[in-house]
Amino acid sequence: MRKIPRLSRFNVASLALGLAFLYLPILILVIYSFNASRLVTVWGGWSLRWYQELFNDRAMIEAAWMSLRVAVSSATIATLLGTLAAVALSRGERFRGRTLFSGMLYAPLVMPEVITGLSLLLLFVALNAERGFWTVTIAHTTLTMCFVAVVVQSRLGSLDRSLEEAAMDLGCDPVRAFLSVTLPLIAPAIVAGWMLAFTLSLDDLVIASFTTGPGSATLPIRIYSEVRLGVKPEINAICTLVIAVIAVVIVIASLASKLSSSQGESAAPL
Amino acid sequence: MTDELPRTDTATNAAGGDPYPAAGQPLLRIEGVAKTFGTFRAVDGVSLDIKAGEFFALLGPSGCGKTTLLRMLAGFEAPDEGRILLGGKDIAQALPHERPINMMFQNYALFPHLSVRDNIAFGLKRAGMPRADIATRVAEMVALVKLEGLEKRKPDQLSGGQRQRVALARALARRPQLLLLDEPLAALDKKLRESTQGELMELQRRLGMTFIIVTHDQEEAMTMASRIGVMKAGKLAQVASPRELYEAPRSRWIAEFVGDINLFDGESKLRDGHRLVIGTRDAGALVVAEPREPLGAGKLAVAIRPEKVKLSRRGPVSEAGRETAINRLDGVIADICYLGGTTTFKVKLDSGGMVQASVVNSARIDVDAYSLNQHVVAWFTPDDCVVLLS
Repeated sequence: MRKIPRLSRFNVASLALGLAFLYLPILILVIYSFNASRLVTVWGGWSLRWYQELFNDRAMIEAAWMSLRVAVSSATIATLLGTLAAVALSRGERFRGRTLFSGMLYAPLVMPEVITGLSLLLLFVALNAERGFWTVTIAHTTLTMCFVAVVVQSRLGSLDRSLEEAAMDLGCDPVRAFLSVTLPLIAPAIVAGWMLAFTLSLDDLVIASFTTGPGSATLPIRIYSEVRLGVKPEINAICTLVIAVIAVVIVIASLASKLSSSQGESAAPL
Repeated sequence: MTDELPRTDTATNAAGGDPYPAAGQPLLRIEGVAKTFGTFRAVDGVSLDIKAGEFFALLGPSGCGKTTLLRMLAGFEAPDEGRILLGGKDIAQALPHERPINMMFQNYALFPHLSVRDNIAFGLKRAGMPRADIATRVAEMVALVKLEGLEKRKPDQLSGGQRQRVALARALARRPQLLLLDEPLAALDKKLRESTQGELMELQRRLGMTFIIVTHDQEEAMTMASRIGVMKAGKLAQVASPRELYEAPRSRWIAEFVGDINLFDGESKLRDGHRLVIGTRDAGALVVAEPREPLGAGKLAVAIRPEKVKLSRRGPVSEAGRETAINRLDGVIADICYLGGTTTFKVKLDSGGMVQASVVNSARIDVDAYSLNQHVVAWFTPDDCVVLLS
């Protein structure tokens, strides 16, 4: 049994400082969302007043609903397309333009969001598409698909190919082999990819503000425009709720990917 | 041990007809099969017949094409040339799931998300077997490979030996006409490997099934197989029984690949009744039995296995030109390698060459053992020599 080394005072201090730097602003925001005072910076005792007011703010609720719909649908489409891309890249025969395809798939990872947003805006204008829910959803799908592809492809890469061969040997055609063996084994990675896409879409401001139209603001856009007129305590409340949703999703995603990697160990003893 | 499995089954194969041709009947015919990867010719025109009920081993060093050949039989690779006939039907281009052939993978390839029972039942479900029959068959298979009580475990909760058994049961469950085994014992430790070899042979005999095993371990091939095909650079170098392979290798390469051997390069040959006299560089003139097939022109090598070289202090008397002529080589012991059951002596010949002799340690205490630098005579009979073209 190895004893855990005691932390020196310096370690404790730097750890506390680091954590405070990261989480103190969020903590303050959460605490102030329960502030009874109308002024953001003055503490007036505990209250749920701003949450109540939030639920009466139709515009904010609509924006939140819009964001949620965009996040769910874009994450779902991105997961489908990203998984297919990952399968094509790691399982398909070496097709022509494979390198180009994977490069293009991963480009949004490194592309500045402003450029992605602007180019999509130009595309939608050129196509004369009415901007709103669908344009934001499509834009978020292009943004998040590459993240899904990365997560799923790494899982596929660690999966023993002979598992699929064994399934075919035992009577599955290639499609069935994929569905009955590969898919269950990469499912945790697909779930993790979906969660990742969902959170990315939920907190995107830049691309959404380029591609959305009048009357269909997402939550980050709504919050941003409210804050420009001065921070209302109500904003603190909505931000606290968003933090809670994202925290839950991230915990589920990391649990899913942990499950996925522990299951893979027995698959590939090589 | 007469718990032979019933042979009427619903999980028969795609080829239809009697899934079990009678033993000794030709089952598989490989005709001029070739496979090229890029510019590398992995399998280069292999032709081979496998009879039903045979335990056949494909032996060769890594990269010789044996695994590629096996994968073509399973359907994971399609041959570029040639035909693969199973029961008279060409299956060369058939997909893996269309073949009445199953394979046991080198790393077992057990489905990690399924229990032992579901792993074994996987192929039966695909074949559309009724539920009750699947349960019966799985129970049968579990008993066959002695895995009772572990049906609900996941593969990662099993030991290496148990996984190997699950893989075997899964491959056998569909009652394939032909079972392919890709280095099935490579992941097991030595003791377990030896006991599993015996069990595999017993199983194969009991089921009357045809097994093709791929291995790089010549001892494994010799122990288990009734016939061995030695592969080299994509070609079959020799197909023979283990004994024939060891005692009558067809080429110098096979002689060196299978077991240990002493080789003496020689050139001239002189006929002397039923004997040939071959002049060698390192061992002088050696008398050998005349080979069954006439030797072609070219350089020769005399090969003698170490256990057929005897050592003695003076050596037997030999009269040249008589039926009793033997080969005597004088030298000193240069190295002693004690292996437990046998001891290998390296004898440095007076002529400069080396000869290895393997002696059985038949007594626990040997007061008369040879020691280093002792002068000895290494001798062997003409019949124990093999003449090879080199």
